[in-house]
Amino acid sequence: MSETANTQPHLRLELISDPTYLCGARELVASVSRRLGFEDMDCSKIALAVDEALCNIIRHGYNRAMDKPIWISLWPIPGDEHSAGGIRIVIEDEASQVDPSKMKSRELDDIRPGGLGVHIIQEVMDEARYERRAPKGMRLTMVKHAPRPDSAPTLSDGSCSAQIHTGTPAARPGGRVR
Amino acid sequence: MPDSDTVVEVHAPRPGVMVVAPKQDVDLSRSPELRNALRSAQDRSPGMLVVDLTDVGYMDSSGLATLVEAMRTAKSTGAPLVLAGMHAKVRAIFEIARLDQFFTIVDTVDDALAV
Repeated sequence: MSETANTQPHLRLELISDPTYLCGARELVASVSRRLGFEDMDCSKIALAVDEALCNIIRHGYNRAMDKPIWISLWPIPGDEHSAGGIRIVIEDEASQVDPSKMKSRELDDIRPGGLGVHIIQEVMDEARYERRAPKGMRLTMVKHAPRPDSAPTLSDGSCSAQIHTGTPAARPGGRVR
Repeated sequence: MPDSDTVVEVHAPRPGVMVVAPKQDVDLSRSPELRNALRSAQDRSPGMLVVDLTDVGYMDSSGLATLVEAMRTAKSTGAPLVLAGMHAKVRAIFEIARLDQFFTIVDTVDDALAV
């Protein structure tokens, strides 16, 4: 497991389960992905994966209740001689827990409305893992590797927007955007 | 230009043809308006229904589900449903969901009218 999983997120967004705010979460994730070296289409797909994960929480986890908490945490994965780096995104909730092995896509040949979210997440991201979260809720960890070895992810040049807190944990004012 | 608050526009460019044009990104918060517009249009029994996606820069699976529902209605009534003006990022989700072969997709509304 990468060290990023054990360190404070470089960015943490807390939102309520109101679909109105999906667009803000998408744009934030796409913007940061772009800064981490992903190409435009990949940024859009990463944002789509996050959107689908949030939609699943809102619709199924919270039964469309619009006042429940969701957290999105994000770490850059630095590149090294073996990999190009990338992005790790963790989405957590306090929704009803389900068996992670039951989180799967339906058969795509069965064309009908709905049931595509998990398939899209798995198709878009290089890794997607569901687990129960203590004391309640679920956690989805997603990883996407950057395509170019010469674009090692970094958020440390200070040119990101004010919403993105970088540097040591002590330097981050709360590390949360709401 | 549409009003910035307009979610979906509906018009009939010629008798028997209806065009439903979402004017914003289609996600979980906006797909109900698109669904209502498509249902209203299909209730009027058009000979053809065109969904103009020119102004849609983003669509998630709730939008896909809405269009699949409309396509199933179209197949049951025999009135063609055609998607036009789809941007590459929107087309990507159709391809990811392997629905690009399920729909008739053309470049422009004019192309749709020529189908």
